[in-house]
Amino acid sequence: MERNLMKGNEALAEAAIRAGCKCFFGYPITPQTEISAYMAKRMPKVGGVFLQAESEVAAINMVYGCASSGIRCMTSSSSPGISLKSEGVSYIAGSDLPCVIINVMRGGPGLGGIQPSQSDYWQATRALGHGDFQVLVYAPSTVQEMADYVTKAFDMADKFRMPALILADGLLGQMMEPVTFADGEIKMSDASGKPWATCGHGNKRPHNIVNSLYLQAEELEYHNVERFKRYEQVKAECPEAESYLADDADIVVAAYGSTARLARSAVDAARSRGIKAGLVRPITLWPFPDKQIKAACANAKRVLVTEMSMGQMVDDIKLAIECRLPVSFFGRTGGVIPKPSEILAQIVTLDEELKGE
Amino acid sequence: MPDFTKPHALTDVPFHYCPGCTHGIVHRLVAEVIDEMGIEGDTIGICPVGCSVMAYDYFNCDMIEAAHGRAPAVATGVKRANPDKFVFTYQGDGDLAAIGTAETIHAATRGENITVIFINNTTYGMTGGQMAPTTLPGQVTQTTPYGRNTNVEGFPVKVCEILSQISGVALAERVTVTDPANIRKAKAAIRKGFEFQKNKQGFSLIEVLSTCPTNWGKSPVESLEWLKENMIPYYPLGVYKEGAVR
Repeated sequence: MERNLMKGNEALAEAAIRAGCKCFFGYPITPQTEISAYMAKRMPKVGGVFLQAESEVAAINMVYGCASSGIRCMTSSSSPGISLKSEGVSYIAGSDLPCVIINVMRGGPGLGGIQPSQSDYWQATRALGHGDFQVLVYAPSTVQEMADYVTKAFDMADKFRMPALILADGLLGQMMEPVTFADGEIKMSDASGKPWATCGHGNKRPHNIVNSLYLQAEELEYHNVERFKRYEQVKAECPEAESYLADDADIVVAAYGSTARLARSAVDAARSRGIKAGLVRPITLWPFPDKQIKAACANAKRVLVTEMSMGQMVDDIKLAIECRLPVSFFGRTGGVIPKPSEILAQIVTLDEELKGE
Repeated sequence: MPDFTKPHALTDVPFHYCPGCTHGIVHRLVAEVIDEMGIEGDTIGICPVGCSVMAYDYFNCDMIEAAHGRAPAVATGVKRANPDKFVFTYQGDGDLAAIGTAETIHAATRGENITVIFINNTTYGMTGGQMAPTTLPGQVTQTTPYGRNTNVEGFPVKVCEILSQISGVALAERVTVTDPANIRKAKAAIRKGFEFQKNKQGFSLIEVLSTCPTNWGKSPVESLEWLKENMIPYYPLGVYKEGAVR
């Protein structure tokens, strides 16, 4: 397989096309605009569709229409733009449609900044729109994973008829690393295998309806309950996490995305000082990999959560370990990237606390 | 002698519309055009929030319900993925000319090969009769209880006039359904819109001046008279733009 040196945003776009994404609907916003630019160049060459919408709101509604017709499609944005898309995401989830959404996070709230951030964790895992629903959330941490998980996101979105979100950040989107793609011919998706799709009934079946409106309360409740039964399957099948040197660790650092790489450097530095540190990295943020986190912390005495936010993942970590261990937090936010030395200093402090006990 | 029956493109589900509302007529005209062109199996309809939000139960083609104002964007998504299918939206005035103004204008500027059926009845019907972007000056609604004051609420939006300036528009025509002669003209306009779409010649919009007897507080007959006396002078009927874009 050929190795390509690519930006995270470009690797993700290429992988999406290879996963059969036929239509991409975008709107410019830093730091994800390379995805649109790549799609604009590549889609016409492979028989796909690139369209720059008039707004993020329009782009997600184009995805809604395209996904309704059974075609693999995608939109991408960054934090403020994702807020605009939330209405459409709710309709897509309420209509049980598959699609992939990319959030290359930047600092917030409001217009925030354009530097990398992880401060949309709560939005992604708790409320990407109104109503009773979840989206699948993947958090890659390398350029290769940007490619690998967009492919998986399409497959899982189709399998469970739900939106899947890639929660990346400006650092991953902009950095260049070698990436390989699975060989094979590019094949655009069609509506086959999607008997629910509104792509014209061809006088061969009753009409299909894509809808999230149920005026009878009991009927709406039924659909929500059925959706959450499906989520139980998702929870059983999808959680993923990676652990590193965690088995014998006294101190386990929990971090995801690009922050996990910085944390890993800090863990290595701590080990070289004789401190038993380890790392656990959630890859799916919803469903949260509770079991994997709990296992990684089985022998730990302290847990340190590190994020580029004010600590949005801390509660999930506490729940995963059933609040059995003291959990501390170190984060930088607003677009500031934590230094490995800063994380190491936190580990050293925790180690000294443990020695003092 | 043939019986008077529903077009095949309409289901057997009874309409929920109020007595005297003209949605039923316009639904029928769209369905007759779909039947006559033989395109039901290749048509996808999109009905956003408004009185016609449940039109997915009435049309026999594949149907999508959309968020308020977003139907032209949803239609774009369907059409770009399926350029050989017929895609229509069916939108009210609040939907199309207030919350969905951007989606309408930009689908038109792109010359999106879709057909938009635009119901202008100068009111938000489903929510109980509030001011619409097309509410006439002086018109009393729930949110203009003293009449629409143009110094405060501004002026009605003239959709066909705006669209007539947009290069991507193949058809912008205003019709009404107050009497058999106008109903025939309305159907011809809808057919024209679908023909432009068939030939991939650009964006088509048919504005239908319609009544809302319930929220106007008038009988169905009074409503038709009110439409003729008040709406047509402000929104003159006719073709505002016609011709293939590509």
